[in-house]
Amino acid sequence: MQTTANAPRSRGSVWTDPRVRAWAFQIIAVAAIVAFGWFLFHNTQVNLERRGIVSGFEFLGQSAGFGISQHLIDYSESDTYGRVFVIGLLNTLLVSVIGIILATILGFILGVARLSPNWLIRKLATVYIEVFRNIPPLLQIFFWYFAVMLSMPGPRQSLGLWDTFFINSRGLYMPSPSMAEGFWPFLIAVLLAIAGIVVVYRRAKAHQEATGERFPVLLTSIALLLVLPGASLLVFGTPFHWDVPQLAGFNFRGGWVVIPELVALMLALSIYTAAFIGETVRSGIQAVSHGQTEAAYSLGLRPGLTLRLVVVPQALRVIVPPLTSQYLNLTKNSSLAAGIGYPDMVSLFAGTVLNQTGQAIEVMAVTMSVYLAISISISILMNWYNKRIALVER
Amino acid sequence: MKMVRSTLAVLTAAIALGVSSFAQAGATLDAVKKKGFVQCGISDGLPGFSYADGKGNYLGIDVDVCRAVAAAVFGDASKVKFSPLTAKERFTALQSGEVDVLSRNTTWTSSRDAAMGLNFTGVTYYDGQGFLVNKKLGVSSAKELDGATVCIQAGTTTELNLSDYFRANGMKYTPITYDTSDESAKSLEAGRCDVLTSDQSQLYAQRIKLASPDDYVVLPEVISKEPLGPAVRQGDEEWFDIVRWTLFAMVNAEELGVDSKNVEETAKTTKNPDVARLLGAEGDFGKDLKLPKDWAVQIVKQVGNYGEVFDRNVGAGSELKIERGLNALWNKGGLQYAPPVR
Repeated sequence: MQTTANAPRSRGSVWTDPRVRAWAFQIIAVAAIVAFGWFLFHNTQVNLERRGIVSGFEFLGQSAGFGISQHLIDYSESDTYGRVFVIGLLNTLLVSVIGIILATILGFILGVARLSPNWLIRKLATVYIEVFRNIPPLLQIFFWYFAVMLSMPGPRQSLGLWDTFFINSRGLYMPSPSMAEGFWPFLIAVLLAIAGIVVVYRRAKAHQEATGERFPVLLTSIALLLVLPGASLLVFGTPFHWDVPQLAGFNFRGGWVVIPELVALMLALSIYTAAFIGETVRSGIQAVSHGQTEAAYSLGLRPGLTLRLVVVPQALRVIVPPLTSQYLNLTKNSSLAAGIGYPDMVSLFAGTVLNQTGQAIEVMAVTMSVYLAISISISILMNWYNKRIALVER
Repeated sequence: MKMVRSTLAVLTAAIALGVSSFAQAGATLDAVKKKGFVQCGISDGLPGFSYADGKGNYLGIDVDVCRAVAAAVFGDASKVKFSPLTAKERFTALQSGEVDVLSRNTTWTSSRDAAMGLNFTGVTYYDGQGFLVNKKLGVSSAKELDGATVCIQAGTTTELNLSDYFRANGMKYTPITYDTSDESAKSLEAGRCDVLTSDQSQLYAQRIKLASPDDYVVLPEVISKEPLGPAVRQGDEEWFDIVRWTLFAMVNAEELGVDSKNVEETAKTTKNPDVARLLGAEGDFGKDLKLPKDWAVQIVKQVGNYGEVFDRNVGAGSELKIERGLNALWNKGGLQYAPPVR
């Protein structure tokens, strides 16, 4: 601004002023985009009205009238389409969050294994990555669902473990806890133990920085976790009653059930994405110059500590941006759930609800906005994390 | 890639609604004549109604309705192209103009008729919802299904009827909802669900596709009314009339004893004024519909009358062997009834 203000005024028309021109073109471009958007919106509305298709969002308040196999919040058939939307959203988030956690753990193990000095481990990791990242995710979902989960025996021939855990073609059954008399003292004891561990950890760190002496933090933590809740158990009695699944009629009743659709989707997505994350981690680690490792060794750090304290923190700066893309991919791939009947956002809302109401435009717009919102949230979170771990130059 | 395709279909349809002009009376017939064929939405594989045989030819009642429309418009039943649609895709495909007729065992309901911009032209098949179970379960009535896991196809009236039936009888169930009928059948065989529910005709059709059909039985209860028929876009009455009267012509032909073998002979020799009017020997009722004079002759000659079509696809002459039942003519104890041509 300073330079242009001081520059001599051009004598031609205002159009020869590059600043005016730039602004004008940008205003025209924005106006054109807005006009086109308005035309689309208006024309759609007119068309819908002429064809007698109902539009608007009133349907969200209408009663849905169909059943859903997995709902994290209470649901009955007389609830509204709005509630169905929330259930679909929660189911999508559930599978995405679990998938991201599992894929990250597995991916880091793979990435490190790819660089292992052990020939067998290195080759196994390579084979895993090449196999799983080169098969389309939908086929992997079908494999885990139709070939693995649905091939489990029926409910009456379930595979049981100590008569408390069961697996069959209907899902994984496990006992569910409910509060008993000793619940609150137990909870307080666990919280106290955790607080104690934090204090010990901080003290130990300060102590090490001051004197160089190390304190056995891990052993103390385990002892705290065992002793405090254990004492509560002895004094106040059991914190939970366990509701063990029992075979009744067609199925098991009671306990918690993880439906096979969820298991298959979770396995397929995390195994598929882990292959990509593994490669990302490997490239991140290789991006850290080998001199860093040698320097750490020459200071006397063991290989495990070298990896944890020297290599990984530097590698993370290379790993995190592409890792974000993988998280986004996993979340978006979770919409393949529709193929195996897992009641996610696409299958439930953009599927059944769309069909029962016939309001394609509204439903698709809402569904797309939801995926956009989830993806942007993940991006923001990961960018924040990336900034935190970025190299601080002095 | 079914769901990817289906999402794409819905998207393109939504965009089409945004940029296309609106429907006008006569627009569909003109467009159909211009492109030279009828684009017809059918199911993604349901024996007896619409499915592809080993050679890639489409067969079934729903397919024959489309062929009959082509016969009426062009005098050639082969001038029709088929778009297999899942239950989820079907309405958007019709709304957006991707297909001209939706003939896909679709239940006629008030909300579909009034709120979705569709018009149902008639009933090709009177159906009702039933249950298919494995004999090993030892269930003989739907009332014994409390606690069962039920496989269904997404986006159907079946989903709603099922919930109504279980609620009305104070029973609980777990629904597993698939995109296609093939997936639900596979899932029933694998034991993921105890019961498969759908329209009875579909249950018979799916049963013969199972590995061991004899292990499965259709329960006697029929829990809903499912009048299945073709649908067209709202706002084009001319095209609506053509599709509607194509079906009526087939029913009238059966009632008047005209079939694919005797139709040409009858058209020349008939003394019965009803038959003469239907076949264009007397008056020109085709012109009112903007169709050729011999429209009904072509329908019956190339596709058959309603009885022949039923028999060949789902009745005694087919693998399904479904009784005429409600689908017999009105004067034979059924519900199939067509207004007269005059």
